[in-house]
Amino acid sequence: MADVITYREAVAEGIAREMRRDPRVICLGEDIGAAEGVFKTTVGLFEEFGPRRVWDTPISEQGFIGAAMGAAMTGMRPVAELMFSDFFACCWDYLANEIPKVRYMTGGQVNVPIVVRTANGGGLGFGAQHSQAVENWAFAVPGLKIAAPSNPADVIGLMASAIRSDDPVIFFEHKALFAGRGPTAPADHVVPLGEAAVVRPGADVTLVALASTVPTCLSVATELAAEGVECEVVDLRCLIPLDMRTVLDSVGRTSRLVIVEENPYQGGWGGTVASIVADEGFQLLDAPIKRVAGACVPLPFADSLEKHVLPSVERATGVVRELIRRWS
Amino acid sequence: MTDARTLLSWYHMMVLIRRTEKAAQDLFLAGLVKGTTHLAAGQEAVAVGASAALRDDDYVFATYRGHHHAIARGATPEACLAELMSKVTGLCAAKGGSMHLTYAPGNMLGSYAIVGSHLPMAAGAAWSAQLRGTDQVAVAFFGDGATNIGAFHEALNLAAVWKLPVIFLCENNLYMEYTPISSVTAVAQPAADRASAYNLPSAVIDGNDVEAVHEAMTQAVSRARDGGGPTVLEALTYRHFGHSRTDPAKYRPQQEVDEWLARDPLLLCQSRLNALGVPAESVKEAEKQAEEAVEAAVAAAKDAPGPELDSAFTDVWADGGSAWRT
Repeated sequence: MADVITYREAVAEGIAREMRRDPRVICLGEDIGAAEGVFKTTVGLFEEFGPRRVWDTPISEQGFIGAAMGAAMTGMRPVAELMFSDFFACCWDYLANEIPKVRYMTGGQVNVPIVVRTANGGGLGFGAQHSQAVENWAFAVPGLKIAAPSNPADVIGLMASAIRSDDPVIFFEHKALFAGRGPTAPADHVVPLGEAAVVRPGADVTLVALASTVPTCLSVATELAAEGVECEVVDLRCLIPLDMRTVLDSVGRTSRLVIVEENPYQGGWGGTVASIVADEGFQLLDAPIKRVAGACVPLPFADSLEKHVLPSVERATGVVRELIRRWS
Repeated sequence: MTDARTLLSWYHMMVLIRRTEKAAQDLFLAGLVKGTTHLAAGQEAVAVGASAALRDDDYVFATYRGHHHAIARGATPEACLAELMSKVTGLCAAKGGSMHLTYAPGNMLGSYAIVGSHLPMAAGAAWSAQLRGTDQVAVAFFGDGATNIGAFHEALNLAAVWKLPVIFLCENNLYMEYTPISSVTAVAQPAADRASAYNLPSAVIDGNDVEAVHEAMTQAVSRARDGGGPTVLEALTYRHFGHSRTDPAKYRPQQEVDEWLARDPLLLCQSRLNALGVPAESVKEAEKQAEEAVEAAVAAAKDAPGPELDSAFTDVWADGGSAWRT
């Protein structure tokens, strides 16, 4: 195993590690077998584990997500790939009504240890129906755990936790991060669900980020460091469980909070983070909470337009700079 | 050919379901059951005949009209009625209600209130059995109304392509809620006529004849267990009540109702028992036992306590809790 791998290689590596340790783990999805996935996130799985454990499905999201649920209820640990996260809408019944509710509504009689992986987010010019960041869709449903890693080692560590979890986990892989490189994870690397990471310490302002906005915030921090502003960057890594302890502790050190999220401002997860900090950490704050989010429009196609509506380094830097200027 | 003793036990089970449904209706009218109920009175033969063809470790998935399937798989009338009455002794600890009766000890893995949603799940349970190398089968019971939703078609295709040990058993009671199924469906037999599109065998059967259901299911189960893949069965039947508790079912012609009531599955079974030489006293005794069991169930369910309020915050997650943040 190379010391440095890409995010997309980490996806396949994370799954393969779990498939080796647990024969109940199976994969299914469109074009994931011999074709090794449209994003090449299942490279090597079909070759190593064969057609009894890596299953190509028809374009039939209700059919195979529902089947994965049935398999999860009866002793298997399915890892289902939903090619693009926009396709959640094609099988939303299972994500909103079935998978998250069945344990509760049966009085705890049934577990659904399923992982639904999906390529999320914009920046690749795929247009309105293949580009949305929809982590807030899942965030609106009690009963789903949500992981969204920002780097290869976290992909591997969170994949281990997600597959081992007895709860359903939605695993958002960010399309714009697939080509990114980073150190691989040591053997048996497990990142618990619901533990945020302070990926850069700083004393002046907390930047809360997730997946694609983690590199965005790290760039903001680098840029502003040159101006004497120290940003602390918190990578949430999961939305559910939501590690508010780490966020509140960080705000306690910095007294300022900027949330950078790719999903739209309307209904975005940053609204919940902001409301908790306002409610439980008001006394920690020396400045209003700011949110930098996707614009409230469908994702446009042209590069220039798409860039214009996504949370960019420039936009986030401007917001942080202005916050420091006005509230120092 | 069913022997008299077996048939009498099926009759007892059908009466047990009928009495439970009647009790559910009475308790509802007495204000002791909240929300809604979708009674299966009239459709007992489907559940009982099908269950009799299954092993204890086979999987069953049902719809919101699923009291009969829970009982046929071993849930007690008391646990069902207690669930309807929001009691902690209910099958789902008062967190599911009438539409979500589930009895995991009998591998009855739920009743689902989103029409058609459980057909892919049943296919998945069958896939799981295939992968684990057991020879379990899975059954999805569903109504005629489910045959026009996408999940039905996606499940049939996937099950056919993967040759899964699953039986899709449609309880065609002729009405999609308040609308005749024939007026909204492009084919005459909403389930069976679709099977050929997926290269699946199918049969239309008399859903009020418990022996006919048992026989067709036995064949389908044996095909599934032997690796022959899925079967679509369409059982013609009729509900004695309306769609749900608020529906007096005035849209059904009286002549049609009369004809179907004359073919009540209990009456058909009685005639068979008679033909097999079962004494009338034995039949009466089976009815009496069922009646007494349901009376006792009602009394016990009434006496049971309601749920602790804290239980609203249990069982979201596998650790038993509901924590979503630190």
